[in-house]
Amino acid sequence: MYSFQPSEEQQMLVGAIKRYALDDLRAAARDADEEGRLPPELIEKGWELGYLQASIPEAYTGFGERSAVTGVLAAEEMAYGDLSGALAVMTPGLYTTPILLAGSENQKKELIPPVIEMEWKPYTAALMEHRLDFDPHELETTATLDGDAYVLTGEKICVPFAEGAQGLIVYAALESVTQGFIVPGDADGLKVGERHKLLGLNALPLYPLDLDGVRIPKANRLGGGDAEHDMAPILAASNVALAAMAIGVSQAALDYSMEYAKEREVFGVKVAQKQAIAFFIAEMGTSIEAIRLLVWEAAWMSDQGMAEAYKQSYLALSGASDTAMMVTDRAVQILGGHGYIREHPVEMWMRNGRGFATFSGLAIV
Amino acid sequence: MIEFSTPKPIEQLQNVVETVAVNMMRPVSREMDENEHTIPWNFINFMHTAIKSMGGTSMAPESKKEEKPNAEREKRPSIGYQRLGSLVEMLAWGDAGMYLCIPGGMLGSAAVAAAGTPEQKQRFLSRFSGDKPVFDAMAMTEPQAGSDTSAIRATAVLDEKTNEWVLNGEKIFVTAGHKALEESDGFVVVWASIDPQAGRAGMRSFVVEAGTPGCRVTKMEHKLGIRASDTVSILLQDCRVPFENILGSPTVEKTTTGFKGAMATFDATRPIIACQAVGIARATLELVKEKLAENGIEIRYGLPRQKLTNIEREVIDMEVMLRSAWLLTIKALWMADNKIHNPKEASMSKVYAGDIVVKITQKAVELLGPLGYSRELLLEKWFRDAKITDLYEGTGQINRLVVARNMLGYRGSELR
Repeated sequence: MYSFQPSEEQQMLVGAIKRYALDDLRAAARDADEEGRLPPELIEKGWELGYLQASIPEAYTGFGERSAVTGVLAAEEMAYGDLSGALAVMTPGLYTTPILLAGSENQKKELIPPVIEMEWKPYTAALMEHRLDFDPHELETTATLDGDAYVLTGEKICVPFAEGAQGLIVYAALESVTQGFIVPGDADGLKVGERHKLLGLNALPLYPLDLDGVRIPKANRLGGGDAEHDMAPILAASNVALAAMAIGVSQAALDYSMEYAKEREVFGVKVAQKQAIAFFIAEMGTSIEAIRLLVWEAAWMSDQGMAEAYKQSYLALSGASDTAMMVTDRAVQILGGHGYIREHPVEMWMRNGRGFATFSGLAIV
Repeated sequence: MIEFSTPKPIEQLQNVVETVAVNMMRPVSREMDENEHTIPWNFINFMHTAIKSMGGTSMAPESKKEEKPNAEREKRPSIGYQRLGSLVEMLAWGDAGMYLCIPGGMLGSAAVAAAGTPEQKQRFLSRFSGDKPVFDAMAMTEPQAGSDTSAIRATAVLDEKTNEWVLNGEKIFVTAGHKALEESDGFVVVWASIDPQAGRAGMRSFVVEAGTPGCRVTKMEHKLGIRASDTVSILLQDCRVPFENILGSPTVEKTTTGFKGAMATFDATRPIIACQAVGIARATLELVKEKLAENGIEIRYGLPRQKLTNIEREVIDMEVMLRSAWLLTIKALWMADNKIHNPKEASMSKVYAGDIVVKITQKAVELLGPLGYSRELLLEKWFRDAKITDLYEGTGQINRLVVARNMLGYRGSELR
């Protein structure tokens, strides 16, 4: 059957996140962007909503089951408030979800519970590298087996909360195959560089990370054993998360510019009454709705364990990235010169929106 | 629960219809296109028998659903519109022009099914289950009135002595009007005003049956595409129809409720046009991928855009457009099945699907180079066929207006 109605539980979760997204994240977003800092209590409050905890089974001290569909619903609402804040609240998931998806039973039992205790803690992951054609399937960071340890060497970028991280998953090429490795935050040879300055995501602390022969026990390879773990479900979980957030940012930009257009007078009518603007709005709304369904479907396919899920997640992110750019750009256009002024959030959304084609691995549901 | 699996009965239907499309439509597709106004009788007779054997009178879901007792209907969610949409998608994948030749499947019967009384449904829809194929059509557009239906000039005056409506006016762009009026004992649903002073509030639709004096086909159009389907002009000169042939209330109320009710037909029919668009788009994308594969070009999904070739990027974009258009459309139909008010979603699906099929077919002709431009393949035909979906049942622009009004909460007078 086709059905487009979220369950009651999902609606409740989305409702709670929406309130937080608007009352807290959105309210703090401009200052956070300007100051390059998210207040810890803001992140804490988002953490207390318990989205991640609810996606982890009781056996690992959570109180639910992972559902990518619930995940994309949550991620969209979170990003509707503010993308930097959303990514920050959800950062520990970069660590727990890959363990849940590809880790051994031991890894799940040992590594997940400390992360999902009461307080939000900086657990993170490192995937991206500084190359114009960065490709998660062809990493330059390498892992080599040396006796009973893996040695990780290379340079990573855009690692959220790398400074002070308690643990992270580092993705590296093991004999040319991308694999995840669990690295303690205080491992020798791990060096956090100077915080990035980017086009957007100014509030989110992102760092480069130097791995200079970091040795970790053999058992720290994701999956625990010698067998290769499948990267596709992890990348699919990242693709749908980012795609959902792109839709959240797009919806925020649409709603904001639509409200503006209904207030702003031009030639004796509201600017929204002009077809040039009304058609913009119709197309923005239509694309958002169409691509949102593509994201939902990709997430649903992941939950069903379908082989096509990874490809579908890739298509969803591709579509969502384009939609976010188109919609945020038009939102700025609808506000005219005012859209260019930092008093309004649309210029920030336009900067953040451009990033979705690049943000590989920055979010996971 | 959010779910994305095709219901089993629809999947089975799709398999059957795919066989029909492959064996009955594609092989004559080119011939029908080259010989405009030739009627594909083999296909029509086959479809007529097939629809009858499935127990249907026409393709409109409303007409069947209401016959079922309530208890049975409530057992599981209705999928009538989703089923119809899936059927149309597959038929348009076969041939969008021939699809329009299916007996009993056009807008006329949809209007009767949506707005007719039980007696009217019995009188007008039962003819579709007879021995011979019968066709229906809808006549709304006039030379001076397209999307602006308030500009319709055709009139209907009640002759109280004979208790007949007297229709006068000229209608154009009537899809399947020739088959409905001259090739079968069908009917055309004609839009006319019962009170020209009342504007939209006076607009009504009337069933005009084949053979009614004063109603004749005056012109058959020559078109860019969908050439297997006839598009005609109809002249109504003192055309008399029985009083009972009016759909909806015979009196003019002060409000436009009646008109809006009639417009609600579009909430169901616009996603159906979107299904046609998706069908043509899918046919196109499948052909493009087939030809690329024959030439050793493989699409590498999962790569960053910086590593993709232009062709890969184009194909990936097409896949995104095609799939998201289908989902948007099936959602609008799902809403119709679940009795959720869907004018915004119905128009969204038409705006989007009409857009993407035009983009996909245009890009496909370019990507396949001389092969794309040649009449050897059906691609150039699909490029021509595709454009109609962005024009009929409301152009992309009028549907953008509908979407924008719904999003902004504006009435027609606030956003013209």
